[in-house]
Amino acid sequence: MSILFDKNSRVVVQGITGAEGSYHAKRMIESGANVVAGMTPGKGGQSADGVPVFDTVSQAKARTGADVACIFVPPAGAADAIMEAADAGIGLVVCITELIPVLDMARAMTFLKEHPTRLIGPNCPGLATPGAGKVGIMPYHIFKEGRVGFVSRSGTLTYEVVSLLTAAGIGQSSCIGIGGDPIIGTTFIDCLRLFEQDDQTDAVVMCGEIGGSDEEDAAAYAATMKKPVIGFISGRTAPAGKRMGHAGAIVSGTSGSAQGKVEALQKANVPVADTIFDIPELTKQALARG
Amino acid sequence: MKIHEYQAKDILRRFGVPVQPGKVATTADEAERIAQEFGGPVVIKAQVYVGGRGKAGGVKIAQDPAQAREVAGRILGMDIKGLTVEKVLVTPALDIKEEYYLGVTLDRASQALVVIVSAAGGIDIEEVAEKEPEKILRHVVDMRWGLPPFQARKLLAAAGVPSVVVARGGAILSALVKACIESDATLAEINPLALTADGKVIAADAKIIIDDNALPRQKEYAAWAEPEEANPLEFAAKAEGLTYVKLDGDVGIVGNGAGLVMTTLDMVARAGGKPANFLDIGGGAKAAAMKKALLFVARDPQVKGIFVNIFGGITRGEEVAQGIIMAQSELPVGMPIVARLAGTGEVEGRAMLANAGLTWGADMRDGAQKIVAEIAAKGK
Repeated sequence: MSILFDKNSRVVVQGITGAEGSYHAKRMIESGANVVAGMTPGKGGQSADGVPVFDTVSQAKARTGADVACIFVPPAGAADAIMEAADAGIGLVVCITELIPVLDMARAMTFLKEHPTRLIGPNCPGLATPGAGKVGIMPYHIFKEGRVGFVSRSGTLTYEVVSLLTAAGIGQSSCIGIGGDPIIGTTFIDCLRLFEQDDQTDAVVMCGEIGGSDEEDAAAYAATMKKPVIGFISGRTAPAGKRMGHAGAIVSGTSGSAQGKVEALQKANVPVADTIFDIPELTKQALARG
Repeated sequence: MKIHEYQAKDILRRFGVPVQPGKVATTADEAERIAQEFGGPVVIKAQVYVGGRGKAGGVKIAQDPAQAREVAGRILGMDIKGLTVEKVLVTPALDIKEEYYLGVTLDRASQALVVIVSAAGGIDIEEVAEKEPEKILRHVVDMRWGLPPFQARKLLAAAGVPSVVVARGGAILSALVKACIESDATLAEINPLALTADGKVIAADAKIIIDDNALPRQKEYAAWAEPEEANPLEFAAKAEGLTYVKLDGDVGIVGNGAGLVMTTLDMVARAGGKPANFLDIGGGAKAAAMKKALLFVARDPQVKGIFVNIFGGITRGEEVAQGIIMAQSELPVGMPIVARLAGTGEVEGRAMLANAGLTWGADMRDGAQKIVAEIAAKGK
């Protein structure tokens, strides 16, 4: 078993009739993902490239048995879309949308606490399980089936590092982009826990960045794991007080610095790559040690 | 987005928080006229987007209009942490007996707003948090109903403030949270909340930061945008819709995706260079967007060369190459450019750049090393 997403997952795409939603729904289908439904209010009864479109997520779930939602709804309606999916009983919600007002996310998280739904993102590239397909916008051709789990806050950096792993012959079990916002549904520690329990994962590569303390929290957990974790932190040259692209990527005072995160990981016996080019070698060493 | 004290007080007033009347002056003459209008002693306060204005000499009391003119004349044009004071707030002086701290801020760990209350107000709250954490009370806001007045009073009572402040401050704190939520603020603070000699409870200073992502629906506040930082390039970038941060070095950087661009900066530093900026052009950029980004980066006079690093998924190599070639004729003559592109259209893009005599990096490390070397070679 991979984590979160496999061949049996049934995906509903929220916002499937928009430019982004329709483009990426097609790419998801090409990847092998089972896209069973689309959802756009007012477009119920239509079809998007052969995928039936519904007015609400509840209808989509009732008619198609969808259990994973992928959200491409514009920022103003994205938090509402997350709550709609949770209300419909969707177990896994992947929100790609960026630029969502953060208090909307705070409200959505309050709502999610009362629902058994896991949220990935927002402001994330989604996830992929090589061999089963992808949910989101990751370029699927870079992946290779294998036994290394991958989790990152970033999109394009994920693609870079996964490409390096694949080129080095290291395949992946599942890859999760958790998102660059200050409030996200699933954090590093959640993913580490899932990979620790997954019998198809032997090691985990974790790419963090400046801001917040999720990497530090994950480091404390990694110290207790049976499986090896390999770390990387970007933003070592970022000055304090400057938001580096991602809304969550900011060093505030002494909190959230790259140095602090590197030290926390090293303290937990997690080898930290100096540059992304060191990641494949460190991963091979970790796998060899078992 | 940061806003000024007078704007923050304007927002708080709308939510029923008592604040001193005040008017903004941009000249010493104006400050004198406003002081005359108010009568009595006034405080002249520099309106800049940084803390520590008082320590920097940007907040002064004037006893009469003539002195207000003289003090405002000194504060206007003053440099505070790299920002020039262009406006002062003129407001009647308060006879303050005690000062408290009320704040509400987004807390990543709680995934909600958190209220912070302290009886030790008027000073830097982060300093209090560090040195005397027992003097700080925190309360996670239930995002469904904000902070009801009873909870606000409970917090203030626990903080040990006098009962008049529990009563009036409670209403103020509840209103502060409401203002924060309805204004889409990630921080709203009153520091200090003042108890005056004549028994008034009043917000003597206020600070609000509005969530940039909410500006499309907070149109009134969006119109208040002014250069937030000492660097005018960052303000210009915002106006042009570019995600740009000015840094200290001389290697201009253009990339796609925040994590990739941050990693590119680290890689350039590792290759012995100093990045001049962070610029994320986002996904799917066309030639025109690439050209615009390059020309923008080159507006920084410190930039001696530019490294373009793109992981092409939906961004195509031909578009990137086309954009670089288009920008070349408008960039300073002989400015080195190194491009590195992985993925879609890589081969086509590389051929186009080779024809135009431009350098191609095999990967991020190779590209970073090449741009640093080219800048060094040109400097000799």
